[in-house]
Amino acid sequence: MTTTSSTITRFQQLIEKNQAAVSSRRKATNMIMLSITGLMTLLALVPLFWIVGYVIYKGGQYLNLDFFIHTPRPLGMEGGGVLNAIEGTLIISGLASLIAIPPGVLAAFYAANNSDTPLGTALRFSTDVLSGVPSIVIGLFVYALLVKPMGHFSGFAGAVAMAILMLPTIIRTTEEMLKLVPHTLREASLGLGAPEWRTSISVVLPAAMSGVATGILLSIARAAGETAPLLFTALGNERYDFLQIVQSGVAQKLGIFEIIKRVFNQPVDSLPLTLWKYAQQPYPERIQQSWAAALVLMIVILLINIFARLWVENRKRRLQG
Amino acid sequence: MTKYIQPLPETHWLTRWRRAIFHGDLPWKWLIIAASILVMVLIFAVAEMLWRESADARTAFGFGFLTPTKTPNWDPVNDKFQSWPFIYGTLLTSLAAIVFALPISVGIAIFMSELCPEWLRLPLNWLVELLAAIPSVVYGLWGIFVFLPLVVAPIAQGLLYSLGAIPGIGSLFAGPVPVSGASRLGAALILTIMITPTITAVTRDVLLAIPNNQREASMALGSTQWESIWKVLLPYGLSGILGAVILGLGRALGETMAVTMVIGNSIEGTASLLRPGYTMASIIANEFAEAVTKLHSQSLIEIGLVLFFLTLILNMIARFLVWIVARKTPQEARA
Repeated sequence: MTTTSSTITRFQQLIEKNQAAVSSRRKATNMIMLSITGLMTLLALVPLFWIVGYVIYKGGQYLNLDFFIHTPRPLGMEGGGVLNAIEGTLIISGLASLIAIPPGVLAAFYAANNSDTPLGTALRFSTDVLSGVPSIVIGLFVYALLVKPMGHFSGFAGAVAMAILMLPTIIRTTEEMLKLVPHTLREASLGLGAPEWRTSISVVLPAAMSGVATGILLSIARAAGETAPLLFTALGNERYDFLQIVQSGVAQKLGIFEIIKRVFNQPVDSLPLTLWKYAQQPYPERIQQSWAAALVLMIVILLINIFARLWVENRKRRLQG
Repeated sequence: MTKYIQPLPETHWLTRWRRAIFHGDLPWKWLIIAASILVMVLIFAVAEMLWRESADARTAFGFGFLTPTKTPNWDPVNDKFQSWPFIYGTLLTSLAAIVFALPISVGIAIFMSELCPEWLRLPLNWLVELLAAIPSVVYGLWGIFVFLPLVVAPIAQGLLYSLGAIPGIGSLFAGPVPVSGASRLGAALILTIMITPTITAVTRDVLLAIPNNQREASMALGSTQWESIWKVLLPYGLSGILGAVILGLGRALGETMAVTMVIGNSIEGTASLLRPGYTMASIIANEFAEAVTKLHSQSLIEIGLVLFFLTLILNMIARFLVWIVARKTPQEARA
């Protein structure tokens, strides 16, 4: 009798010991793995702060007023800037928005109201696919589509390439914002007898306007930082000077359309393009300018991103009550 | 006596048509459908255009253009082109980037969806997304002057002395490491940083979509938090995570500027991760604007075509996988 009871207790003791060992091991694994996930998060944030900090540090040293108000000067001369690239970035982004926004917003209306029809599914799918197409391939496409038939590189071709890149972002963010608009608003308008298009344009769109604008801004920010699609569409142009083109156009008494054509129909530069070209040159002043360009580009894009997200978040909270 | 023009009857097709037009809904519908179709047409147009523009290269080189070759054969002077070094460079750097990025991204996603307090989730999410917002050229610039000499070169030296001596996989880690650090490894590491936000975002969404009863059931059976993540949540969302990985792979394949700036741009025969190389995107970026002969530019366009179809197929697979997870879980399930 006594022997069996003692074996049982001994057995139980072993089990308990084993359990304690296993559970402490499990607890340790738990702690270790969970802290590893935290470390991974920190690890991923290191490059962010490193890049932002270093670009601010380097770019801040070389950034000055000349950078913004002069076109490039020949190497060895003091005080050149990248005005041509800044103008080019603005021109390309502006024209690209003009091209991309109307179809983007219209397609978003379709996607928001007909998400379950075959065409709606196909639209969402192709939007996703289009956003995954490499930007350099878009560049090749626009080269074959516009540059080759026209016979020369142009800011217009660059803007078309940018517009194709912006389209998926615009559609997706606009669709999301349109879906946030309460159904009651739509129904009230339809109930008052307004046709669908009137409801969409005068009721739904204004209600979602600030969100849509933010989405468009985000897509512009994304496109403005792209280089690859401009390499063989806009090409780059160190002598581009918007003011001079307009002034000489006015002096020659050309029509407004002729002047606009001159603005868009020649190669232009853009900030990322300039950055890329300068970074590959062996001259210290060029590399300094490319750091300054990186600073301007990065700050503008990050600020747009941060403010746009703040805005959207704020709005979502308000709409959801 | 006045002659009245009889108005058309209500049921006449012209009346209905006229009303539809003036009411405005039909044109509106056409308009938005046309805009939607435009997006689809764009994709087909890209495929068609690249296909047509690369016709001569395709007939001249056939499938041999894409197959593996022992020695690099890219000779613009004699018009001989084979794209294997670039395909190899793209695949190697992208796969290496996925291998590096996967544990990091899944770790972040787990931390963001399961562990971190509510107030930290949003700022963290933003920070990771800002990483994706930094322009690719800025990555490249930072890569050339900071990342390559300070991070990549030491890691490459370490790999050369540790793994380079092992027979078999040693050829993947053969030296000598370039002094500047410009290598396929550098490209892979830059890509790692750039695709981490993509994989993280999708994985986090997948984890957040898993219904809470899965977590509760696992916890109630006595598993620790890590065990329920590892044995329940990750298998549950596996196809979604796979989709995230493929999405990241697609991004890595097409990334151009940063890779072009750090990979060293050299066509040589070695297979080593520690040597400079070329990718499909970077050869296009470097040579297309200066391509002289017709066959040269057509070959580059054909590389673009391959890149397009590669990313197209990967994207389709990825979306399909993510869609499977989304369909499996009703939106209301997660309280």
